[in-house]
Amino acid sequence: MLRRFIYSREGILSMIVLAMFLAVGTISPDFISVSNSISIFNDTSILIMLALGQMLVILTRCIDLSVAANVAFTGMVVAMVNQYFPTLNMFVLMLLALGIGAFLGAINGLFVWLLKVPSIVITLGTMSIYRGATFLLSDGAWVNSHQMSEAFIGLPRYEILSIPVLAWMAIITILLAFWTMKFSVWGRNFYSAGGNPMAAFYSGVNVGKVQFYAFLVSGTLAGLCGYLWVSRFAVAYVDVANGFELQVIAACVIGGVSIVGGLGTVVGCVIGALFIGVVNNALPIIGVSPFWQMAISGLVIIIAVVANASSDKDKARIILRKPEASVGSAPSQSH
Amino acid sequence: MNKAIFSLKKVSKVFPGVKALDGVDLHLYPGQVTALLGENGAGKSTLVKTMTGIYQPDGGDIIFNGKPVQFHSPHDSHALGITAIHQETVLFDDLTVAENIFLGNYPMKKGPMTKYFSIDWSAMVTRSQDILSSINAHMDPNQILRELSIGQKHMVGIARALSVDAKVVILDEPTAALSHHEIHELYELVNTLKQQGKAILFITHKFDEIFALADRYTVFRDGCYVGEGFIKDTNEGQLVEMMVARSIAATYPKKDVEIGETLLEVSNLCHTTEFANISFSLKKGEILGVYGLVGSGRTEVMQALFGTTDHVTGTVKMNGKEVIIHSPKDAIENGIVYVPEERQKQGIVLELPIYQNISLPQMDRLAKHGNLDQESEMSLARQYCERLQVKASCWEEKVMNLSGGNQQKVVIAKWLATNPKVIILDEPTKGIDIGSKAAVHEFMSELVDSGLAVIMVSSELPEIMGMSDRILVMNEGLIVSELSRADATPEKVVSLATGGHVTC
Amino acid sequence: MDTIIKKSATPDALSTSKLPVFFRWESLLILIIVLVCVMNSYLSPYFLDPWNLSDATFNFTEKALIALPMAMLIIAKEIDISVAAIISLSSTLMGLVAQMGAPVYMVACVGVLVGAGCGLFNGALVTGFKIPSIVVTIGTMSLFRGISYVLLGDQVVRDYPAGFEFFGQGYVYWVFSFELVLFVFFALVFYWLLHRTKFGRYTYAIGNNPTASYYSGIKVNKHRLILFTLVGVMSGIASVLLTSRLGSTRPSIATGWELSIITMVVLGGVSILGGSGTIGGVVLAVILMGLVTFGMGLLNIPGIVMTIIVGVMLITVVSVPVLITFYKNKSNKAKAL
Repeated sequence: MLRRFIYSREGILSMIVLAMFLAVGTISPDFISVSNSISIFNDTSILIMLALGQMLVILTRCIDLSVAANVAFTGMVVAMVNQYFPTLNMFVLMLLALGIGAFLGAINGLFVWLLKVPSIVITLGTMSIYRGATFLLSDGAWVNSHQMSEAFIGLPRYEILSIPVLAWMAIITILLAFWTMKFSVWGRNFYSAGGNPMAAFYSGVNVGKVQFYAFLVSGTLAGLCGYLWVSRFAVAYVDVANGFELQVIAACVIGGVSIVGGLGTVVGCVIGALFIGVVNNALPIIGVSPFWQMAISGLVIIIAVVANASSDKDKARIILRKPEASVGSAPSQSH
Repeated sequence: MNKAIFSLKKVSKVFPGVKALDGVDLHLYPGQVTALLGENGAGKSTLVKTMTGIYQPDGGDIIFNGKPVQFHSPHDSHALGITAIHQETVLFDDLTVAENIFLGNYPMKKGPMTKYFSIDWSAMVTRSQDILSSINAHMDPNQILRELSIGQKHMVGIARALSVDAKVVILDEPTAALSHHEIHELYELVNTLKQQGKAILFITHKFDEIFALADRYTVFRDGCYVGEGFIKDTNEGQLVEMMVARSIAATYPKKDVEIGETLLEVSNLCHTTEFANISFSLKKGEILGVYGLVGSGRTEVMQALFGTTDHVTGTVKMNGKEVIIHSPKDAIENGIVYVPEERQKQGIVLELPIYQNISLPQMDRLAKHGNLDQESEMSLARQYCERLQVKASCWEEKVMNLSGGNQQKVVIAKWLATNPKVIILDEPTKGIDIGSKAAVHEFMSELVDSGLAVIMVSSELPEIMGMSDRILVMNEGLIVSELSRADATPEKVVSLATGGHVTC
Repeated sequence: MDTIIKKSATPDALSTSKLPVFFRWESLLILIIVLVCVMNSYLSPYFLDPWNLSDATFNFTEKALIALPMAMLIIAKEIDISVAAIISLSSTLMGLVAQMGAPVYMVACVGVLVGAGCGLFNGALVTGFKIPSIVVTIGTMSLFRGISYVLLGDQVVRDYPAGFEFFGQGYVYWVFSFELVLFVFFALVFYWLLHRTKFGRYTYAIGNNPTASYYSGIKVNKHRLILFTLVGVMSGIASVLLTSRLGSTRPSIATGWELSIITMVVLGGVSILGGSGTIGGVVLAVILMGLVTFGMGLLNIPGIVMTIIVGVMLITVVSVPVLITFYKNKSNKAKAL
């Protein structure tokens, strides 16, 4: 079992991440302390959650470019609600964030499901619509920390067992995702619908509906992250998370989620996100300007997809029998 | 025993422009095998898809256990215990064998949240193991499907159909990709299912299979029901007559053409996973038949010869001179052309007009300095389409609006227009009606008469026997035998192709 | 039933392959353009002023230059969403050589060459490793812009040599700017390339069926590589124009342009799934988008509202044909019964 993990993509990737983590630790021992590790994970939490949602979408052969715009819109809505109704219960506010996110995701999903329009076009469109709507809603104004209630800002920072709620939310999402994708029919359907849509249909899976669910989940998680983002950075404005959708997709691709669908794991996806998280946190420590971030994630996406493509190549059809295989099933035995 | 468990009554299915099923009847009885016969295009595949809820009928009734039922999706028919092994592999390459078998019907752990959160993976693996060993397929249920051979994948498909408590089992040409040995295993399996009281619909082209397995038969022609009865009351000639509505004679217009000097010489063509040690020669005026089961590597060899495959070693000589072929362009320039089996996918651009398809391989010659010259394109199209008698209202017609036979003619016309020396025909008559079939055969004779050499890949034995001067038999990526027209008997060819050994 | 089958075997070609002029996408676009013109001139007396109209062309010519090769790329079933990032990288490198005191022609050459290099890089990745172009260009999108950030950080380059401003601000004759003339020139070139040459024919063939094209002896990968490079070159040219017009470079230049460029192409009637579309349609879509933007400018509507409109247009344009075929199939089926 362990052996298999080590040789799998997830295994190799996690060792790379670990090696990177330790290497930075030799330069700056503080980097690998428990508290800093928690802080890196906490920093990466939003990316992890969004990447898990995006993974479902990519598994079903689609792509969701509108997640970051969804984060910005939902974040703005909850921030403004909080600004005008500061006493509103946080639980209600979270539900609101989930609901708005789900609604925006469902719009994408409905177009893909019912009209079979390519998801890249739809989400490219909704990406600018959601972002524009954020502008219309706020009139370009910011919601600053002093306009937010204490509970609104405090919730993700509240520590349970010295781990912040934000990180706990990511942990719960990961566990839930892992369980769902492994043990529920609903979760397995994402793999079959993306792996071979025709065969999935023959097996009674409604492929369009599965795609809809993928966008719904991606949108819902984006909604939740909208609140978390705005509260964590204590500010809401139109350009929140601008371009973040690319980091989310990068996390998936690095984690081995195949862009042609049907292939990818929760563990891989999380490690892919952690890879980006570790790089982002390590850059200032090893004295590299943060302006490198974007170029590095671009480079890593390219290296990851090239590596994926090369490893797919040797999986050709096998017609010639391997010598050992022909012994057991040689047709001559029947004579 | 005498009551049908599953019946179709006056079922119709219409596609834009075509009536695929026109009021057909079919009855399946528990514990009996019903063979469904019909030419390509008779509506068999449409029928299977209607029975399994993939298509919804436009008219007629589906009756299960005496009650009319409606299938809105494959799920509905599955739930009643109707399961099918489809012609195409409808499996998932990236999932494990076990999951492929149980997808859509996962074993669940008992518990309060059973429906959502408890796929029982270990039960899935053990049950897969049981089913696989019951059909004598030995493989690891945890293996990823992609790593299996075509035959093994087929066994997974069969295991999948058996994983549910099926009442009706549909086998759509199940033996096409199986080896000799595997076919026998399948026969035993069908007999076991029969004894268990399942109703079986068996679709095949092979008459020996029908007479070995079936109790009843139903014949379709052009989407219509023709007749049914008991196998014991009929014979092959009668069935063929029902299928084609005319008695069959020797329809192979093989001409005696003088065979010239060697044109093409292939020696020791090898590929890492698909074929090895392929050597043969081809003479002017000769038709070389290549026979093998689906997945025997015959198409792969031809594609390698046409330059579409990487990592091929070995030498190819044309007229005694070695030629290097790394792409279809090289092949075409050396006078080798390939009419693919997957006509719509590889042979033709459906959305483009006929004349543009004809001119596509030789735009270099037709377009002066890169500028299109529609006039010369049209005259080329006119010349070759008329020669092949393509039926279309004009040459600006999009190919997608033509019938299958006419599309095939356009593909052949396209290649003839390049003045080839060797023409490779891969399953040239697959999926076209009998009339067009004869025309294609006639045309092949004409081609060799005019000095071309033809390689014909086919899995239709009569076609191979009827048209070839020589026959290469392939099995598992190797040429197992080369037979002259005089030496070849159907039994010998089939036995060689399925991995048996001929002792003579 | 006989008649139905016969009909599918020898259909009436003229009625299926050529739609009446009125129902063609291009005609619809012209109609909308006329409507927008009428509306704009009604809403604002300044609309029909030639200088105003000429000014209006600046807001789309640069994008339109990229939309031309992008249309060919999308027709060939590929896509490049890194174009805006190519503009950024190309502009950055122009800025750096300009800072070193390079002359005008050299700065412009660097711009175009960097674009060509980026396009070639995209194409090489797509064809060399058989990776879907959307993934490759998502990666290079952050790579190219990322390099700009690495090189410039939060600097702004403004030291361009004298004369460089001509590309983006100069006029060739009367109200006809250099940008506009260049666009008209390239529109004609791409029209010729797509509709009158072997290259164009191959583009359609590949877009409709890459496998069959390859089997017909077309060097599909080489063709794709050329198309990607062409997109890169035109992005480089657009970058020269844009940089010259703004007179400055920063890494965030042209953010979000890929969206409006792809929208122009799709609005022009090019199928996002490849295989069909015309340069004429794209040019009309470009004009339409330019006029709408201009009209909104006259009405003082903020730019970000335009992005909403672009988004809505994009979705509408791809959804409507689907709805129409959906409806058509339904009625066809009813007829066949």
